[in-house]
Amino acid sequence: MADRETVIEVRGLRNQFGDHVVHDGLDLDVYRGEIIGIVGGSGTGKSVLLRTIAGLQTPAAGQVRVLGTDAFTADPDARAALEARWGVMFQDGALFSSLTVRENVEVPMRAIGDLAPETARALADLKISMVGLPPNAGDKYPSELSGGMRKRAGLARALALDPEIVFLDEPTAGLDPIGAADFDALIRGLSRSLGLTVFLVTHDLDTLHAVCDRVAVLAERKVLVTGTMQDMLSVDHPWVRSYFHGPRARAALDGAAAGTAKEED
Amino acid sequence: MVAVNPDTDIGVEIDGEARPIRVTLSGAYTIHTLTEVGRRLDGLGPDIVIDLGRVTRLDTAGAWSLLSLRSRLEGGGGTLSLEGTTPEMDAVIETVAGALPGATETHDEDEGRTLADRLDDLGRAVVGGGQALMGYAGYLGLFLAGLVRVILHPREFRLTALVHHCGEVGLKAVPIVALMSFLIGIVLAFQGASQLRQFGAEVFVVDLIAVSILRELGILLTAIIVAGRTASAFTAAIGSMKMREEIDAMRTLGLDPTTVLFVPRILALLLMLPILGVIANFSGLVGGGLMSWIELGISPQMFQTRLLEGEHANHLMVGLVKAPFFALIIGVVGCRAGMQVRSNAESLGRQTSNSVVAAIFAVIVADALFSIFFSEIGV
Ligand SMILES: Nc1ncnc2c1ncn2[C@@H]1O[C@H](COP(=O)(O)OP(=O)(O)OP(=O)(O)O)[C@@H](O)[C@H]1O
Ligand SMILES: [Mg+2]
Repeated sequence: MADRETVIEVRGLRNQFGDHVVHDGLDLDVYRGEIIGIVGGSGTGKSVLLRTIAGLQTPAAGQVRVLGTDAFTADPDARAALEARWGVMFQDGALFSSLTVRENVEVPMRAIGDLAPETARALADLKISMVGLPPNAGDKYPSELSGGMRKRAGLARALALDPEIVFLDEPTAGLDPIGAADFDALIRGLSRSLGLTVFLVTHDLDTLHAVCDRVAVLAERKVLVTGTMQDMLSVDHPWVRSYFHGPRARAALDGAAAGTAKEED
Repeated sequence: MVAVNPDTDIGVEIDGEARPIRVTLSGAYTIHTLTEVGRRLDGLGPDIVIDLGRVTRLDTAGAWSLLSLRSRLEGGGGTLSLEGTTPEMDAVIETVAGALPGATETHDEDEGRTLADRLDDLGRAVVGGGQALMGYAGYLGLFLAGLVRVILHPREFRLTALVHHCGEVGLKAVPIVALMSFLIGIVLAFQGASQLRQFGAEVFVVDLIAVSILRELGILLTAIIVAGRTASAFTAAIGSMKMREEIDAMRTLGLDPTTVLFVPRILALLLMLPILGVIANFSGLVGGGLMSWIELGISPQMFQTRLLEGEHANHLMVGLVKAPFFALIIGVVGCRAGMQVRSNAESLGRQTSNSVVAAIFAVIVADALFSIFFSEIGV
């Protein structure tokens, strides 16, 4: 594992709001092509960590290197180049409400000078269909979509430029189980076929089982432990134990085991 | 090898002699480079072989352009075959092929607009205007019904809200209203003096100021200022609640938006606008008096005597009687526009500016109607 390329490297990160310290001495490595799931209780700073790595929030201390560039000391050009190489999907989509879904997806493409409008339109339609939205969704405004459809549209926009890293904040929260499973399959499929690195914040144990290569647990203001789902089962920490040994975790684990068994048949 | 510096360049080599035509690509075939490839391959055919063996990165946009090229060639009876693809590329192409939306050609329907279409638009605009008027009447009815309900069930009444809105609508508007009216008084005195001096009738400047301020300008300008600051505030407050489904939440909790939102706001306007009008009248007269003193040497005592001699009580009444009507107009327009907001921020902005324009316009129209009415009945 050590020979894999590290795309995100967080060292000694400290985040605080007033005297409320959210992260202190947080270290995290994310490798190319993997799907890493970030879990932790509500308010442990998962969204804040995502925002910090994506450069939306300046930490009080520490270092964040993404794709080999220091995100906070880079000059504006380097930062802009870096931003084109990742996509962010926010917790509730964060679509531009005055644009249709298709126009939302076209926004990042406008930065590419010589892309013909028809091509941008066709590519936007492709992205919309890739994330599993019906074709007529492209002409709708975000306010005319359901919560789950907004999430998909947010993902379509995050994927508009085929980034190398996507940050997803609770992509399956609020989706119906079938929709969530589709979304899991979608993320897994995209990650495999496009070599995408996925930074996934989630509470959804099914998603963790179905898609994540590795899990990082946020607690006590840092990344407490990282490892595969199997590794998590043997961690001796009260929160981790109750999270991964609770009834929901068992059910998800059984479901995942049954799924693998079926595939092997 | 994964490109450390991807999305940069692509090399396109075309062997046009071979049959089928051979195209060798090298580098990154991505959204950044597909335009270049498209330009080079434009018009080639009917059979093409593309060698992707030296392509370092193929993204979904590249895969899409390969698939569109294939459908173009096959449409003309040709073929496209790919060589040297890695399993990853196959996976990308497969993902894209699976997701390719069906032929959903949407046409721009803006081309053939006939006269009938334009008439149709005009008709719709007129009907829309009529419906808006009906809508205002509806909201006025809602407010009156809410008012009656509150009078019958005083416990539902929200006194705190009323006091709060009175402060917002009335108290905080006092400085701007007083200043504006003071300046208008000065302007009137100054202009009136220079005209009346030609006839040696300087002293009538007092009547000029009194009539125009008390009867028309004091209350009209106050209403316009209040329309500008309060109608927009009502729309923004109610509209943002509408946007975040707070009004729906209110309904499900058994709270009536009319009683909770409209009644305190419009009632506050009803109470405050006449008071603001009186303040405007007073400071307008002070401004006029001051200017008359400086310009024409009419002392404050003389100004006062002259003011009381003339029968200006009538004018004062004519002015103030309009205040409650203006208040209703401003309140109803502001609240209705707030309820028209849909779930995006853009409509909030549009409705807010609409409500200011509509409120000012309606106030002026109403003032014109009042002028005609009062001159007909001879007041
Ligand atoms: N802009 C802010 N100002 C002040 N405090 C903030 C701000 N943003 C986040 N916080 C605090 O940081 C902590 C972590 O918040 P964060 O949103 O990252 O939680 P989370 O782990 O994503 O939770 P959830 O699972 O509920 O989304 C919380 O205690 C929150 O109160
Ligand atoms: Mg969060």
